[in-house]
Amino acid sequence: MPELGKYAVWVLSAYGVSLALIVAIVLQTVLRARRVRERLDKAEARRGNG
Amino acid sequence: MKRMSLWEYANPKKFMATTNVVLPWISVLAAICLVVGLVWGFFFTPDDFRQGSTVKIIYLHVPSALMAINAWLMMLVASLIWLVRRHHVSALAARAAAPVGITFTLIALFTGAVWGQPMWGTWWAWDPRLTSFLILFLFYLGYVALWEAVENPDTAADLTSVLCIVGSVFALLSRYAVNFWNQGLHQGATLSMDKEENIADIFWYPLLVAIAGFVLLFVALVLMRTRTEIRARRLHALQMRERMG
Repeated sequence: MPELGKYAVWVLSAYGVSLALIVAIVLQTVLRARRVRERLDKAEARRGNG
Repeated sequence: MKRMSLWEYANPKKFMATTNVVLPWISVLAAICLVVGLVWGFFFTPDDFRQGSTVKIIYLHVPSALMAINAWLMMLVASLIWLVRRHHVSALAARAAAPVGITFTLIALFTGAVWGQPMWGTWWAWDPRLTSFLILFLFYLGYVALWEAVENPDTAADLTSVLCIVGSVFALLSRYAVNFWNQGLHQGATLSMDKEENIADIFWYPLLVAIAGFVLLFVALVLMRTRTEIRARRLHALQMRERMG
């Protein structure tokens, strides 16, 4: 861990919040992609059977 | 030999097939560049003689601010393509980019505030660059809200495209406001082609890698989200057909 001195709180909070936001948008993107894909597969299967 | 045209990717099938191949590579490259850039910047660069360790915030603040503006400009190009050529993929790509742009704008605003507090003695100032950046953030929110509010997708694409054109003024202002007004707390460009004005190489190289990481992350997320939007539209069409018997 680098020595951040008196600015440690500022630097660590910048990295903590930014990384949390990046992880959040990646997760939201991946989970929505999976959910929509599953629903589309089901709808296409119903159409194929119908 | 058949000539390839950019407009071929306006065909959803062609777009899905191509992005299916390139997306994993872009995602892996994005992860590598992000991790290398941020780890290099955080752990292996020295403190600045004036700013101390807060200089490490540059590896988040500059790439995110750069991408917040360029994401809007990418949405502008996609919106213009929609308005002129009526390619649905371009309208969906613009829609897909907005939440990613919001995330980068939020990161830039937050890291700017926590960098500004110890350096300027304030979290916020109504400085031309900061103010136009905040307005850009509000435009992002309005853009997403408008897409959600209008039921007809073509009408939503038309209205959001117009909003995007108007908001572009603030995207450009947030980049060039410092040059126009020459006042306020925020400094000029961090990245410059002029060797004298540019930051020292020891900060510059990890910053370049971090910027590459943010650009690739943006591309990967927009491609994945555009693929989802195309599938969601297909799903909606199938559901409508089912309902109509």
